Amino acid sequence: MAEFNDMIAPALPIVSNILMLVGGFFVIVGSIGIARFPDFYARLHAAGVTDTMGAELMLIGLMIQAGLGLVTVKLIFIIFFVFFTSPTATHAIANAAYRAGLTPFSSSTKEGRIRGQVEDD
Amino acid sequence: MRTLSFLAALAALWLLLSGYFDKPLLLIFGALSVLLVAYVSHRMDLVDDESVPIQLGWSIVTYWGWLLGEIGKSNIEVAKAVILGGPNRIKPKVFTHNTQLKSTLNKVILANSITLTPGTVSVELIGDSITIHALSDRAGDPSTIAEMERRLLKMEGSAT
Repeated sequence: MAEFNDMIAPALPIVSNILMLVGGFFVIVGSIGIARFPDFYARLHAAGVTDTMGAELMLIGLMIQAGLGLVTVKLIFIIFFVFFTSPTATHAIANAAYRAGLTPFSSSTKEGRIRGQVEDD
Repeated sequence: MRTLSFLAALAALWLLLSGYFDKPLLLIFGALSVLLVAYVSHRMDLVDDESVPIQLGWSIVTYWGWLLGEIGKSNIEVAKAVILGGPNRIKPKVFTHNTQLKSTLNKVILANSITLTPGTVSVELIGDSITIHALSDRAGDPSTIAEMERRLLKMEGSAT
């Protein structure tokens, strides 16, 4: 216990800050990706980075700050709910686009087109 | 058994979210609301093997742990694609994966795991075939999906 107070306890805020900073980095990377990627489907992948790595690392960092207690339990709930809902929402959006006929970008076609749209070249 | 787990999960959720452990009146209200929700869910036929999947057991926890590692790896892959760019890292492709999983729940777990890993999004799930959109050959590695399915198949086999 003395070891915990002397060695580990002072390191916890640093670890938590690092985790939150890395999480923030991934959120920014995901946001840049949304702007940078070529079409709708590829942008979903960038949004996925924000959903998983960014949000989760921040929440884990917050859990370390909160310590053992109800707040940490609630943060675990948030992680759970994000993990269940975000892929479902992403799938719903992707499926809607696919069924509406949006063809994915590939190197052979110039950009993602709506199926049946008049080719203007 | 299923109803009992459902009640226990509801009660635990109420206790942990409210944080009241020593106020009898509020605890009684909590118990009443848990019972009300359980009754309404029962009447709506919501308590089945999909909403309360206790048949998955503890193996789902090991699966989640493994999946977290995969998510970390593919996150770094997609982050590289964002920062470095280039035609090799951003080369979207669409392919279908035929699954041998039988239960609808496990198929959904597989499709959700694919979507949860950045770099691959399951676009459509009809019958046994999952249509997957992948960011590149490196991010959308079919062997990862095969490994997910192998683990889920093992779980399905031990559950029944």
